[in-house]
Amino acid sequence: MEKTVALELKNITKTFGEVVANKNVNLELYRGEILSLLGENGSGKTTLMNMICGIYFPDEGEIFVGGEEVVIRSPKDAFALKIGMIHQHFKLVDIFTAADNIILGEHMPPYSVKEEGEKVIAASNGVKPVKPGEKILWGLKLGLKLSALPFIKLGKKLKFDYLAKSRISRIADISSKYGFDIDLKKKIYDMSVSEKQTVEIIKVLYRGAEILILDEPTAVLTPQEIDKLFAILRRMRDDGKSIIIITHKLNEVMAISDRVAVLRKGEHIATVNTSETDEKALTEMMVGKKIELNIERAEPENVKDRLVVKNLTVLNRDGMKALDDVSFTARSGEILGIAGIAGSGQRELLEAIAGLQKTAGGDILYFDPNKGEAEVDLMQKSPVEIRDLGVRLSFVPEDRLGMGLVGNMDLVDNMMLRSYTKGRFVFVDRKNPKELAEHIVHDLEVVTPGVRTPVRKLSGGNVQKVLVGREIAAAPTVLMAAYPVRGLDINSSYTIYHLLNQQKEKGVAVIYVGEDLDVLIDLCDRILVLCAGKVSGIVEGRGAKKEDIGLLMTKLSAKETDGETKEATL
Amino acid sequence: MTVKNNAVAGAVKTSHKEPLFHLVKRTDIATWKKWLIRVVAVVIALLIAGIVCAALTGGKNFVKFYSELFSGSLGTVWRLQVMLQAWAILMCISLAVTPAFKMRFWNIGAEGQTLISALAAVVCIIYFGGKIPEPALIMTMLAFSVVAGAIWAVIPAIFKAFWGTNETLFTLMMNYVATQLVLYAVNIWAKDGSGTLGVLSHGSFDKLFGMEYIQNVVFVTLLTVIVFVYLKFFKHGYELEVVGESVNTAKYIGINVKKVIIRTMVFSGVMCGLAGFLLVGGSPSPTVNANLVGGRGFTAILVSWLSKFSPIAMIFVTLLVVFLERGATQAANTMRLGDSGAFVDIVVGLFFLLIIACEFFLNYKIKFRKKEGK
Repeated sequence: MEKTVALELKNITKTFGEVVANKNVNLELYRGEILSLLGENGSGKTTLMNMICGIYFPDEGEIFVGGEEVVIRSPKDAFALKIGMIHQHFKLVDIFTAADNIILGEHMPPYSVKEEGEKVIAASNGVKPVKPGEKILWGLKLGLKLSALPFIKLGKKLKFDYLAKSRISRIADISSKYGFDIDLKKKIYDMSVSEKQTVEIIKVLYRGAEILILDEPTAVLTPQEIDKLFAILRRMRDDGKSIIIITHKLNEVMAISDRVAVLRKGEHIATVNTSETDEKALTEMMVGKKIELNIERAEPENVKDRLVVKNLTVLNRDGMKALDDVSFTARSGEILGIAGIAGSGQRELLEAIAGLQKTAGGDILYFDPNKGEAEVDLMQKSPVEIRDLGVRLSFVPEDRLGMGLVGNMDLVDNMMLRSYTKGRFVFVDRKNPKELAEHIVHDLEVVTPGVRTPVRKLSGGNVQKVLVGREIAAAPTVLMAAYPVRGLDINSSYTIYHLLNQQKEKGVAVIYVGEDLDVLIDLCDRILVLCAGKVSGIVEGRGAKKEDIGLLMTKLSAKETDGETKEATL
Repeated sequence: MTVKNNAVAGAVKTSHKEPLFHLVKRTDIATWKKWLIRVVAVVIALLIAGIVCAALTGGKNFVKFYSELFSGSLGTVWRLQVMLQAWAILMCISLAVTPAFKMRFWNIGAEGQTLISALAAVVCIIYFGGKIPEPALIMTMLAFSVVAGAIWAVIPAIFKAFWGTNETLFTLMMNYVATQLVLYAVNIWAKDGSGTLGVLSHGSFDKLFGMEYIQNVVFVTLLTVIVFVYLKFFKHGYELEVVGESVNTAKYIGINVKKVIIRTMVFSGVMCGLAGFLLVGGSPSPTVNANLVGGRGFTAILVSWLSKFSPIAMIFVTLLVVFLERGATQAANTMRLGDSGAFVDIVVGLFFLLIIACEFFLNYKIKFRKKEGK
């Protein structure tokens, strides 16, 4: 098949202040292909795509669509050029149905009474009779036709505004053509993440997009949902659409794409055919050096029950069960992984243990190794009370700059979060925290201008090193980490895995909430799978299968909503 | 093929028109540039004020405005003293609102808190004046003022901490209550039916330690040091900063957020109480009326924000504001621009407008379209 270029970028450069997000990027996208855009966080993938979609405007360079140079100043321009983007964070109206969201913002095709009138006159002039009697009749007919035009316009408008049926059938056509599985009458707030994503994709297709850009579409999906999405993407490709998929997961790149474009620090490194490369070569291009992608997992030693959670139930703000009868044991010298679709109760579980979440029932017991494994009840205790009981509990929360650290404060003041009460009299002590900050910067190779720099100015990986460093410095016996590598580059991720492993070898009971199943399987000794607030299974990390965990992640919901939405889980 | 045609049509619509300019967010800005932009903003504000002045006086007096500005605030020792006195009050209220703002508690009730404290001080003078020795009277006034300010500030804080009410509306409403209370009290006390309270013969500690007019300056300077240390080196200061930055972080490390909110507002209210006390007792002619604070409770909010909550920066911002106020008052008097204070409001308003607007240029850079032929 002959390849036609759908989209071409030439020498695109974009800077934000001192930061160069994209530098002289050249990229070609053909019709009927899937191109993966691969790169670490902060390598400029999303910025580049935002320029194609009119959200940013490039500082330099040209964009060609279908061979013509274009200027894309707003998302509207991009839409006119048949470019559609599915963002990482969905932009849907919660209280509307899927169909409403899809047709939202669509304009009626222009209908000008003046122009139509001219057409009618022109047509009538062709059959203008000669006889005076017929002339009058002809004039009357013409007048009637002309005066009807405003009413025709009104009719069209009414049909467009209030009779959406014709459009819904068009949506259904698109939906069945590519094999989407969606109920168009369902409200967005009733939908799973995967369904919302489907709505976004149909919306873009409905607007007639020929070039689709998907920003990390798999980050929030289960393995089964990913397979489904990929099948749809392939069908769209075969239909002649051009697709760019942004991702940093290598196995997905290999599975879905025809070609791979690699970005590193804003520069375009290479575009290669997927069939001619492998994961190792891609990693090297992405990171810029050879890297070992193995996580060393030691056998647990000296295993003792450290934290026992029994029948824990937590209600969320609406009084629904965020956690339902959760029981498990975290043991010293072991990493317990927690898997599940985002929002299955992971956050509530960790916050309940840390004393930040009101609980509705159950038990949280801690066995203190410094007091001869004496039992301590942590139920309904505040963080201060837990600390005063001598429980060495460290917690790396999911929201780093909103909970774990204060973005506007410098490294020293952030160290102080854990120790400021130790100062003398009413005064704070900044000397010890300063030493700790310097220590962490040195040991964990934090890249920062100094310990007096606000942490928000640090890159994601360095922010996380500061947070994990501080939590580890407290010499914990239980270490909880929620998505500690989210948004981190490969090197930083492996630093964090290494730190967690070190803590495990020191005899700490580590609880790791993760989203990348491959990592969970490689890192954890046991994996607890949460599904809609319930424990749907606990599996051994060694020898666990991704597909099995994926099934457990959705299993309970299938049982519970039996019959109603059977197709959704198929 | 139709696809391509449509794409071309789209291209024609938007062909080769780069936007004339676009905005680029700055990540960093050189210190000298920052100050240059601010100085330019102040200069432009003064220029516009001069033009307004010239326009109001029929095209003359453009230059005279500036000479009046300086002579009005710094011209004589007495004028300098008046300016410093005004500085002390504005500074005191600015300091008072700062801890609350640092905690992101939008207390816009400093006006009412100060006014109710002044009222409390006058209550002492009316009922104890002449009956107890003057030093005892002064101490009672101080105690009454401070307690009144604290009460007025802590009510919205309690409601915020326990029931999550909106503190902005709450503190604003408390201002009106304070104003009405003062009007009510003055009506009772003013026996001549004029509705205004004359100068009271007791309760003034002006000329204390032999200092005329500027004893307030000494107290407020002392307070500045205290607030600076409190915010920077006290555990309390650290706690309220964490609460302000993120309530989630505060809970995460075990700070009692309710306690911090209430404690900080009490501190804030105590300082407003002090301002009210200084307004009455620190003046050679102690009295109270509904206009005593005169909007300084609101000006203080702007001052506090412009200083980025730093007590040291606040000294200078406050100085600049009172300089403009005194100078513009003098200019308005000599040029007969009316004594309603409207002209002063114009000048000070222009200053705030420009200095706040210039923040935009501190945060963004404007990039113009490059010349053709790239």
